[in-house]
Amino acid sequence: MDWITTVDHKKIAILYLIAGGFFFGIGGIEAILIRIQLMKPMNSFVSAQVFNELITMHGTTMIFLGVMPIIFAIMNAVVPLQIGARDVAFPFVNALGFWTFLFGGLLLNLSWIMGGAPDAGWTSYTPLSSSEYSGTHGVDFYTIGLQIAGLGTLIGGINFLATIITMRAPGMSYMRMPMFTWTTFITSAIILFAFPAITVGLVLLTFDRILGANFFDVANGGNPVLWQHIFWIFGHPEVYILILPAFGIISEVIPTFARKRLFGYSSMVFATILIAFLGFMVWAHHMFTTGLGNVANALFSISTMLIAVPTGIKIFNWLFTMWGGQIRFTAANLFAVGFVPTFVMGGVTGVMLASAPADFQFHDTYFVVAHFHYVIVGGLVLGLFSGLHYWWPKMFGRILSETLGKWTFWTFMIGFQLTFFVQHFLGLMGMQRRIVTYLPNQDFDLLNLVSSVGAFLMGVGVIMFLVNIVITTRKPVNAPNDPWEDGRTLEWSIPSPPPEYNFKQTPLVRGIDAYWKEKMAGHTEMTPAEPVGSIHMPSATPLPFVMSVGIFIAGLGLMFSKDDFGNAFMNGLFNNYIVVIIGLLITFGAMALRSLYDDHGWHIEPEDQDEKGVRT
Amino acid sequence: MMKQWQVAKRILPLLAMFSLLLSACGREDLSVMKPQGPVAQGQYDLMKLSIAIMIVVLIIVFAIAAYVLIRFRRRAGQNEVPEQVEGNFKLEVIWTAIPLLLVIVLAVPTVQTIFAQGEDLSKDKNAIQVKVTSHQYWWEFTYPQYDVTTSQDLIIPTGKKIAFELKTADVLHSFWVPSLAGKMDTNPDGTVNRFSFSAPNEGVYRGKCAELCGRSHAFMEFKVKAVSQESFDRWVNEMKAPAVLPEDTQLAEKFKTNCLSCHAVGDQGGPVAPNLTGIGGKEAVAGILLNQREGQEEGNPVLDNMKQWLHDPQSVKPGNTMPNPKDLGLTDEEIDGIAEYLANYKLDYE
Amino acid sequence: MTTSHAEPVSGQLPHEPEKATLEGRNKLIGFWLFLGGETVLFGTLFATFLALRGQTNEGPSANELFHLPLVAAATFILLVSSLTSVFAIQAMHRGNRNALALWLGITVVLGLGFLGIEIYEFYEYVVHKEFGMTTSAFSSAFYTLVGFHGAHVAFGILWIGLIIGQLFRKGLTVVTAPKVYVSAMYWHFIDVVWVFIFTVVYLLGKVG
Repeated sequence: MDWITTVDHKKIAILYLIAGGFFFGIGGIEAILIRIQLMKPMNSFVSAQVFNELITMHGTTMIFLGVMPIIFAIMNAVVPLQIGARDVAFPFVNALGFWTFLFGGLLLNLSWIMGGAPDAGWTSYTPLSSSEYSGTHGVDFYTIGLQIAGLGTLIGGINFLATIITMRAPGMSYMRMPMFTWTTFITSAIILFAFPAITVGLVLLTFDRILGANFFDVANGGNPVLWQHIFWIFGHPEVYILILPAFGIISEVIPTFARKRLFGYSSMVFATILIAFLGFMVWAHHMFTTGLGNVANALFSISTMLIAVPTGIKIFNWLFTMWGGQIRFTAANLFAVGFVPTFVMGGVTGVMLASAPADFQFHDTYFVVAHFHYVIVGGLVLGLFSGLHYWWPKMFGRILSETLGKWTFWTFMIGFQLTFFVQHFLGLMGMQRRIVTYLPNQDFDLLNLVSSVGAFLMGVGVIMFLVNIVITTRKPVNAPNDPWEDGRTLEWSIPSPPPEYNFKQTPLVRGIDAYWKEKMAGHTEMTPAEPVGSIHMPSATPLPFVMSVGIFIAGLGLMFSKDDFGNAFMNGLFNNYIVVIIGLLITFGAMALRSLYDDHGWHIEPEDQDEKGVRT
Repeated sequence: MMKQWQVAKRILPLLAMFSLLLSACGREDLSVMKPQGPVAQGQYDLMKLSIAIMIVVLIIVFAIAAYVLIRFRRRAGQNEVPEQVEGNFKLEVIWTAIPLLLVIVLAVPTVQTIFAQGEDLSKDKNAIQVKVTSHQYWWEFTYPQYDVTTSQDLIIPTGKKIAFELKTADVLHSFWVPSLAGKMDTNPDGTVNRFSFSAPNEGVYRGKCAELCGRSHAFMEFKVKAVSQESFDRWVNEMKAPAVLPEDTQLAEKFKTNCLSCHAVGDQGGPVAPNLTGIGGKEAVAGILLNQREGQEEGNPVLDNMKQWLHDPQSVKPGNTMPNPKDLGLTDEEIDGIAEYLANYKLDYE
Repeated sequence: MTTSHAEPVSGQLPHEPEKATLEGRNKLIGFWLFLGGETVLFGTLFATFLALRGQTNEGPSANELFHLPLVAAATFILLVSSLTSVFAIQAMHRGNRNALALWLGITVVLGLGFLGIEIYEFYEYVVHKEFGMTTSAFSSAFYTLVGFHGAHVAFGILWIGLIIGQLFRKGLTVVTAPKVYVSAMYWHFIDVVWVFIFTVVYLLGKVG
């Protein structure tokens, strides 16, 4: 019950991690099934219909329900601690974001057992995804499930922006914030400005499918390419939402295990802002082959190539952070160091793709699949593994097994390279994306087999990580405040895991790497910025959970509002939007309750402070 | 545990060799790395330029990384705190300026190629105009200058510029002949696309659909067949010849009633399904069942392919819109008869 | 977290009660951020409308449909309601709960008037002009853009209504003040969006 009503960022982080991990697993199984089907030519392990559902769900699940929640898990666990705060600005909204994501993800995955999953790709291009060519409810699960999950992400973004703006400890100016906090800040800004676009896109597609609107229906004046513009105006910034937090993690892990401050902090901040800004100006590089015209193609080629510049800056800054240091290869650092060359490989194929005439060949082939898996898996996922190993003691009070962690790294890394390196060549040799199978004698066979073997290895690596978690959970909760001994930022100055209120006294920040600064001055603790006192905490509440259930019901109601159930009662309920109204009443009713009954919170008195933190 | 640098030393040369080896792979009629025409060549040249630049970047990054990871590994007993370096302005400028320069080196030829290859040849008198209409799951090719419509095999004369106008009759598809040029999407009416390429050498080049379009997206292959100008002219004439129908008049009646409502042969039939004139001589049946060519192992005899398709179209291309001949009332013998007639319906132009 | 109080310390409400607590200030910043997102949302709807506004599919066009005097009346009403919400905030800063509630009430009534006109407008189009969601791409874009705005107005009316109720139950405090302020920010926002709709949809539709 505690977990359903919590508004504590540390618990919400764990909820995000469990849910994100669960969906990541589903996405991983979908990947394995895809690779089994593609292992040999003219295979019939799954039908073409199921294959199209698998590739659609693999992409959608991994991005929106797998890695993004894990990113939010780490942001929730770490950012308030890094800025010396006791929680985020809006704890209620934080919980709401989690439950909305969860119910959106559940709705999307219900499709597997309710008539079939969406099958038009994670990009859901029209007219294929319109009701004329996609007559089952599959794509409706996509539009409505993703819409609900996306709302959760949007409000999460607003929360972190507000938190970082208003709740930094005294002395922590913007240019003294840790890099992970900076990347969280900028990622949240991208979320704020990118997600409303997909919100609208999904509404338009929902209206076309369920209300008979004509946004993408050519016969009545609609334009299918409009969907692509709207999708990618969201979709491109989305990939920067994915990678910037990983950049932030690497910027924390590498300095800690090299025992040196981050090289070129100001340029790192500036480069991150530039990447985010430029990220909104390149969306049409996903549309080079749609016929935008020479001028548009030229402009978007150039703007896309430019993003390589601030990204390159970051790579060199990480390398020179390690220069002159004393590098320790813990599991966390192995993942961070493995990130650097792998992400660079993904980045350079990105620059290759940026050249429009070359992209006419690359687009919609396995070359693109290779590129984005290099940056998302070889980049983001390695970064997430690094961050999880690094902050696991802070979140759970236990250190993950270093030995198993190293085995995980090597297995996953080798599996990854096998899976995706060969795919560059498959694309160049003429293998398109999203094909259920391929003819023999095209030189595709061996490389596809290698790729599938690699995928199994990656699966083994992930299982090793899960085993690591299980084994570690049996260990006692005895991690010290600063288990890596060289912690530089505020989270390492408090117990592992932290007490419910995080900081007994808000710390005074005297520079970048606030905790390291105190350590170098000979202190073991932060200087407090306030006296010991009664700490005000927000109250737990079931309303976020209730609101999410309401939206879920409304979503289901909307999806089936035009169906004929063959029975008057059901038809009455759904065709008259009664189910939708009930769902909305639940949600808005809960909102009204929240407004009418003020939460005055509760207090933790000084005599109850100082105990060990949240038990999990 | 193996050190990172040891693995780098072993993996890098392996990757390099692998890459070199793999770039020699691929079919001559399909691989992007074996361009058979000037447009594909220009695109491949850009790729080679970009990969060369990127390999330089990779070597620099990998070299610095390898050095750093070996040289600055913490040794036993090392406890003093290393010097905390804030940054280095000169270095920052260098690694901003050089990438910017590299981007310009790539951007200039990119823009040049965009405009050079992006000319609209629809009014060019020397170009052959071809209208491509993509369907679920087949390709329709119309030559307005010759008033000829065909399907699946695109016959073109060598050396001439082919000016394409592309559209779709249903969902988005993408027209891709990798050995000759990059792809262009087919959008619905109203957002028609134009591009062009040419094939200097005679040959058969593989084409694929490169935009997810439904269940049989993988089976929507087509061929571009470049022949001499004389052969092309003969082909046009043969396409305009009167229809050849099955010899057996009863079978011909069945064929006309059941098939020619949608399909066309010669001057008879309908426009909504693939044109069947000369289908026996095409490279494949239904785009995906390759017909065995003389002296080659790949594929099956055209009669076998025709029977496989006609007896159960859905098993070959799930979701395609052709009704099953059995559902139209044709018996197995009639289907075999039509298959034989179609397999022998060949045009003589080569 | 350690400095919030539900009741004012001295019994006298500070001049800007909405900013007197950390929670209050956070709510204001959070809402500005939310409005940033809403701007992108409406921006995308506007872009869609602009792309599709010429696609009338043999159905009615903007020029044929729109009756500017009616739209002008609705615009005037909504603009005045924004003014009355300004008066409401001024009353709040003077600490006058009853004046605040009165001006909020007038704002709500004006909002209802606006909605009434819009509902009448849509009714005319759907029932008498055969112009519905499914008529054309233009019609879909019109109803989605203008309809979303209308839904925002409706939500705002319910919201401000609830707040008026709270003002009488709990009084004007440092807890209720941020709610009032945020709802006023929201109301101004939808007013600004309407100005763009009036221009891009109705005026442009008549002359463009």
